[in-house]
Amino acid sequence: MNVVHKQDLKIFIACAVLYAVIQGLICLEIIDPFWELNIVMICINIILAVSLNLINGYTGQFSIGHAGFMAVGAYMGAVVTMMWEYPFALGIVLATVAAGVLGALIGLPTLRLNGDYLCIATLGLGEIIRICILNIEYVGGASGLMGIPRETTFTNVFWIMIVIVFFIKNFKNSAYGRCCLAIRENEIAADTMGINTTKYKVMAFTLGAAFAGTAGCMFSHYFFIAHPASFTFMRSFDVLTMVVLGGLGSMTGSIVGAMLLTFLSAALSDFPEWRMIIYSITMIVLMLYRPQGLFGNEELSKEMFGRLLGKGK
Amino acid sequence: MLKVTDLNCYYGAIHAIKGISLEVSEGEIVALIGSNGAGKSTTLRTISGLMKPKTGVINYDGEDISGIPAHKIVGKGLVQVPEGRHVFANLTVLENLELGAYLRKDKEGVARDLRDVFDKFPRLAERKNQISGTLSGGEQQMLAMGRALMSKPKLLLLDEPSMGLAPLLVREIFDIIKEINQDGTTVLLVEQNANMALSIADKAYVLETGRITLSGTAKELAASDEVRKAYLGG
Repeated sequence: MNVVHKQDLKIFIACAVLYAVIQGLICLEIIDPFWELNIVMICINIILAVSLNLINGYTGQFSIGHAGFMAVGAYMGAVVTMMWEYPFALGIVLATVAAGVLGALIGLPTLRLNGDYLCIATLGLGEIIRICILNIEYVGGASGLMGIPRETTFTNVFWIMIVIVFFIKNFKNSAYGRCCLAIRENEIAADTMGINTTKYKVMAFTLGAAFAGTAGCMFSHYFFIAHPASFTFMRSFDVLTMVVLGGLGSMTGSIVGAMLLTFLSAALSDFPEWRMIIYSITMIVLMLYRPQGLFGNEELSKEMFGRLLGKGK
Repeated sequence: MLKVTDLNCYYGAIHAIKGISLEVSEGEIVALIGSNGAGKSTTLRTISGLMKPKTGVINYDGEDISGIPAHKIVGKGLVQVPEGRHVFANLTVLENLELGAYLRKDKEGVARDLRDVFDKFPRLAERKNQISGTLSGGEQQMLAMGRALMSKPKLLLLDEPSMGLAPLLVREIFDIIKEINQDGTTVLLVEQNANMALSIADKAYVLETGRITLSGTAKELAASDEVRKAYLGG
């Protein structure tokens, strides 16, 4: 099997160049700590957005409990590095696995639901996870877990993001991914074609949850603290907004959505009173003029630019 | 080939299927006719595993398949074309057909069956690369049937193939059903268009509010007064 395509290699080199440029600017202190923080946030948000896109966009299951899985990852990672004093890498792995296992456990019963019901169930589950953490004394309860070592750097978060993005991209193009797409298009037809719909739905949900856990672990190891208030349903909504803004089912859409919204909210941080207003107006305008999101369910490509230019003439 | 005994299904508290028994022998076309809400589609969905029965035995090729999930039943050669067509609207005609062969590993056989499907439905061949959501209703029905044929069914379950189609197209679809049957596929057909169904079927069952009220050869039923009054318009 051809694992690395020529196209992928080009993108990979482009990523390496991008990394070198940003890292260079950080070293030369042209990018100040505030923007460095936001660049790290962009990477974390991209991980969250593409993993949610796997569930909501590719498989068509509307989940809005992503913050819950992120919380599991954040706390699991923190417990591993801070309390058990194992290396950060193990923390990331265990955080990912823990969130994934929880995702599978939750996915099995809830993915029988669809549409609005699944939506409400996942919203509830996200909150249940948060409330549970809130009541576990071992991890600091309501005051959160403080003094987590800062292990997340631009370098590791950037490359982990790239790995996850490539993983999900390849997943989508695999036989598994195509089953997920078939389920999104028409679950009954997929079922009558011999596709084990439950299996693929749970698979997508588990992978999505696992990567949310990775993101959570990177998050808590950047901000020194894991606090239940960071993982309310507002964060789930933030991620959902990024995915919908970029276009459900578009990987590049999720990435652009995450970058755009993180950037927007950072750029507006000097005007906190205006921030939510501009944020909301952006969403309303977008939904009016492009209800399918920036890219619909297509990927950003040369052809897309070509069409845009063609239209412009 | 298929023998259903004393099947009971519920939607919550509603007793939708009240002890149905029916039999389909190899090579036959069997029609299940009846009015709206009689339980025809429910019966079909239960046989294909999309729904679970409360009690009853569904014996297919000597094996009880009641309660086995739909995707496994497909592998045994019992394939349903769901009501309302259910094509993958954003995929092309060809991609839809390829999905039909999802469980098959024999590439040559799949290629041969694809040619057969295009022979049977020349219109699908013409529109091979069209996005299937933009097909007309009749073409979508053909596509749904073609897709089911791609999985090489031994027993094909058709749910209301004539639904929402122009009379001329209905004729065409039924001719194709007959052709499929002559090629060696057994067919169990659910239809409101009793006239049409009886014209191609060997055997038929009449379903009323969850019970089978009449059964016999298609000829007998078409001649029976009750059926003529209730379903054939006098």
